[in-house]
Amino acid sequence: MTTTGRRQDTKPARKLPWILEFYRSDVAKKWIMAVSGVILLGYIAAHMLGNMKVFFGPEEINEYGESLRDLGGHLVPRTHLLWIMRIGLTAAFAVHIHAAYSLTRTNLQARGRIRYDVPREYLAANYASRTMRWSGVIVILFVLFHLADLTWGTANPDFVRGEVYDNMVASFERLPVAIIYIAANLALGLHILHGVWSLFQSVGANNELYNKWRRYLAWGFTAVIVLGNLSFPIAVQVGIIS
Amino acid sequence: MTTLDAKVPAGPIEDKWTNHRFDIKLVNPANKRKYEIIIIGTGLAGASAAATLGELGYNVKVFTYHDSPRRAHSIAAQGGINAAKNYPNDGDSIYRLFYDTVKGGDYRSREANVYRLAEVSNEIIDQCTAQGVPFAREYSGLLDNRSFGGAQVSRTFYARGQTGQQLLLGAYQALARQVSLGNVKLFNRSEMLEVVLHEGRAVGVVVRDLINGEISSHSAHAVVLATGGYSNVFFLSTMAMACNTTAIWRAHRKGAFFANPCFTQIHPTCIPVHDEFQSKLTLMSESLRNDGRIWVPVDPDDTRAANDIPESDRDYYLERIYPSFGNLAPRDVSSRAAMRMIDENRGVGPLKNGVYLDFADAINRLGKDVIEARYGNLFEMYERITDEDPYEVPMRIYPAPHYSMGGLWVDYNLMTNVPGLYAIGEANFSDHGANRLGASALMQGLADGYFVLPYTIADYLADWLNISPVPTDHEVFQEAEREVDGRMKRLLSINGTRTVDSFHRELGKIMIEYCGLARSKPGLEKALSQIPALRDEFWKNVRVTGTEDNYNSELQKANRVADFFELAELMCRDALEREESCGGHFRVEHQTEEGEAQRDDLNQAHVSAWEWKGYNVPQAHHREPLEFENVALAQRSYK
Amino acid sequence: MDLTLKVWRQDGPGKPGEFKEYEAKGISPDSSFLEMLDVVNERLVEAGEVPIEFDHDCREGICGTCGVMINGHPHGDQKGTATCQLHMRRFSDGDRIVIEPWRATGMPVMRDLIVDRSPLDRIVEAGGYISVNTGGAPDANLIPVPKPAAESSMDAAACIGCAACIAACPNSAGQLFTSAKLAHLNLLPQGQPERYERTIAMVEKMEEFFGSCTNHGECEEACPKSISIDNIALMNRDYIVAKFKDRRKAGQT
Repeated sequence: MTTTGRRQDTKPARKLPWILEFYRSDVAKKWIMAVSGVILLGYIAAHMLGNMKVFFGPEEINEYGESLRDLGGHLVPRTHLLWIMRIGLTAAFAVHIHAAYSLTRTNLQARGRIRYDVPREYLAANYASRTMRWSGVIVILFVLFHLADLTWGTANPDFVRGEVYDNMVASFERLPVAIIYIAANLALGLHILHGVWSLFQSVGANNELYNKWRRYLAWGFTAVIVLGNLSFPIAVQVGIIS
Repeated sequence: MTTLDAKVPAGPIEDKWTNHRFDIKLVNPANKRKYEIIIIGTGLAGASAAATLGELGYNVKVFTYHDSPRRAHSIAAQGGINAAKNYPNDGDSIYRLFYDTVKGGDYRSREANVYRLAEVSNEIIDQCTAQGVPFAREYSGLLDNRSFGGAQVSRTFYARGQTGQQLLLGAYQALARQVSLGNVKLFNRSEMLEVVLHEGRAVGVVVRDLINGEISSHSAHAVVLATGGYSNVFFLSTMAMACNTTAIWRAHRKGAFFANPCFTQIHPTCIPVHDEFQSKLTLMSESLRNDGRIWVPVDPDDTRAANDIPESDRDYYLERIYPSFGNLAPRDVSSRAAMRMIDENRGVGPLKNGVYLDFADAINRLGKDVIEARYGNLFEMYERITDEDPYEVPMRIYPAPHYSMGGLWVDYNLMTNVPGLYAIGEANFSDHGANRLGASALMQGLADGYFVLPYTIADYLADWLNISPVPTDHEVFQEAEREVDGRMKRLLSINGTRTVDSFHRELGKIMIEYCGLARSKPGLEKALSQIPALRDEFWKNVRVTGTEDNYNSELQKANRVADFFELAELMCRDALEREESCGGHFRVEHQTEEGEAQRDDLNQAHVSAWEWKGYNVPQAHHREPLEFENVALAQRSYK
Repeated sequence: MDLTLKVWRQDGPGKPGEFKEYEAKGISPDSSFLEMLDVVNERLVEAGEVPIEFDHDCREGICGTCGVMINGHPHGDQKGTATCQLHMRRFSDGDRIVIEPWRATGMPVMRDLIVDRSPLDRIVEAGGYISVNTGGAPDANLIPVPKPAAESSMDAAACIGCAACIAACPNSAGQLFTSAKLAHLNLLPQGQPERYERTIAMVEKMEEFFGSCTNHGECEEACPKSISIDNIALMNRDYIVAKFKDRRKAGQT
């Protein structure tokens, strides 16, 4: 009765709180990645749409930035709702990253040291699905840069708090920065191209009626996000916005 | 010669099993855990028996030489499993299933066993359905049936063309459940190489771990062999590569009688051999004969391609000789007819070793879509193997060794003549007489494992309550281990010039030629002179490379082939002794004027059971007379 | 046809291994891949060498015993085909064929091309069954099964347990195997009472040995029975439901 090659040691004797117990499972981690992914995708879509106001002039976009702080109107103290959203978003981001990190470790361990001699010729896995880890890391680095650039201003010498329009133009006018934005958004596109399709599998949304639409949705959503986000640096670079 | 007593209970055939279950001894539930039972093999019979005995509370150890119990060759059965449910309302009954099986077996099976088989057949379907076997369904959600050879009713339950797979997985899963509950201990990659006897009864086995070559003993109150059939004696057969006779042959050498070894079934629809290096024959489901027409060219020298041969130059010989059954003549009859055509040099294909199975008419009549829906996966399999498209050119088929009706002799309780040693499934000489009907093998394996053995074994065990099994450090085990170890060392030390396969191939050729579809006195005598010579050469000149303490497939094969030699000899002697033709056993001396099998019910209505007398000493012949109280003996005719 | 083989040779579990090259001359294109290996092995024995050990048995694509990596493809590059059903006419004269064992931490190499697949048995033992004792079954037709459910259950049940899915997966995940067994049982009415316990038990046992699914779909491509990754989605859903459901109060659902 040979059973060798356990990927991990058997579970600890002490039972963890149920949410952590749940999170131990890889299937649950993937589900959490899917759910946090949906939150992040929603944010990405809203972010892109909101930024579209830049094409309507400085007042529009600056007002937009201001109203984000006023979210909730008179019902909640100023910026509180924004902060709640920020915390929620950060949590989703953190859990998404942690799950990815932990699954990556698991999978490397499961695969073992010795690899196939013949390089794999993938039949179903596409470039996007195989590069999720790399595109994910690029997105993380980009988000940090983006925050430093346009939220904290530490990476943008001309940063003026509250002057959304000017900050954006000042940032994108620099060609290397524009290139970083373009490259990072392409990586983001790859990431969500697989992610949008994959999340349906991870939560078990699978039905012959709409299965092929999952792919169409992934392509459509990715195209809108990437094209929308790319329009900003390009518009600045070609002088549509200045 | 002694006459064997099968201990068939008295009374009307309908009541025998019910009365017997009441009459035999029982082991009370709390006492069951005091017993150890060893089961060898995890096919339908072994897995179902292990699971059921585990459920009852016995301590079971089960051994398989595969990496997993699910690999056993029961998995390859395609067609289906018979049961007397009469769901289609076409007049089936337990009695009819019983009658068809006795008749299909050419009146060489034990009536009481067959009746019991038919009786429990319905419970098997209930059991398997409850386990989640995905049998084919009607749109109502109820079970579907189809018809099969040798019956005039639809009584075959099926799961696409993978019925054996699904039934085995059902039994395997039931076994897995008992393993997880700790009632059954599973030993994979462990091959049984010796049965151990103490004071005349079976007390354990010696097994070899195939990964590291370790030889170990296991003791128990009873040993059950569920190790399948021995058609691989022919080298090329529809069996899996590892199927062998070693387990039952070791038991035979320890005193268990071997019954009807010459009863082997040759299946008519296999893909013909393509070259010398072929390793096995692939079966194409018998169901193909529902729509295919079998023919050969009229002229032996016809070299034209099949589609260029006009109707007038074709001989649809089955339709010609058996107008009423035509292409649906039973397995033994159509196999022999194909052989005659090839003997007349009218075979087709590059090696002239096949006959055509032509779907052109069916495709014209029904359309390609219908044929594809019915046989699509078989056509695909055929094309993959032969590289010919059966939608365009006729298939080529040839008979191939398939099932072995013979096996260890067992009584009504499925116990061999060695107390405590049981044989179930294809490993016993079973309920099929001289010929097995389609879809009956699965039925028998599961009947034995789920419903018969778990009751009858208690009758023996009850006497051994509170008596521990013989410890494995006892001299009988030590001696058996030494014997096994010596045999391995001997095989490795010969270091001759010929490979194991070359011997096996040669043995297979002798067997298929002289003890295959047609057997004759001179042929069998010739085989009986050739086999011992080949066996002697094997023991002098075989080359087995590698070591004993490692995974060594050559050593495994060599050990199995060594036993095949001895079995082959016994098969020929049994065939020679049985002076009649019946079912799968066709002696050319005993045929009607039209070339059909001629039984001799007066002198040959018996089971031949052979007793081992020592190496190079002919086995002693015993008989169990067969009495037919319910079924009238009649000559089968398919004209 | 003449071929060159590059084959992984390893003396035993945990021992170091290496590739060795063999000439396979005069192979019939009608041979199956394993028959080609038989020929090579018989010649090796004739030359006094130890033959290449590989797992195989039924040679008709149903037992699931065979399976090797052939030029980077599990069971070779023919879709829906097990190694034993792969024929040499798929190759050309002069080809060089690299033959490797399945690779995964959960399935260590035992010898040459043979791996230990017993974790698959452990996964089934964890819950891949319906707990019905022999003799306790109602009449088979008392449990009607809608035909589409029976068909998709059978689609999943066709799995032969060869582990090509795990070998093909860049994460060495056991999801396709596990989900096929779960779908077989979870789609049938007989499988409902234990549906969620079964799902949790099998998934968690699987995770002791194998990696996680990143929805590549390589397993489906490699599967000799073309089992769909739709089963994986079903498994994921059942697992999550199982974890959140109050099964004591869920009644019959």
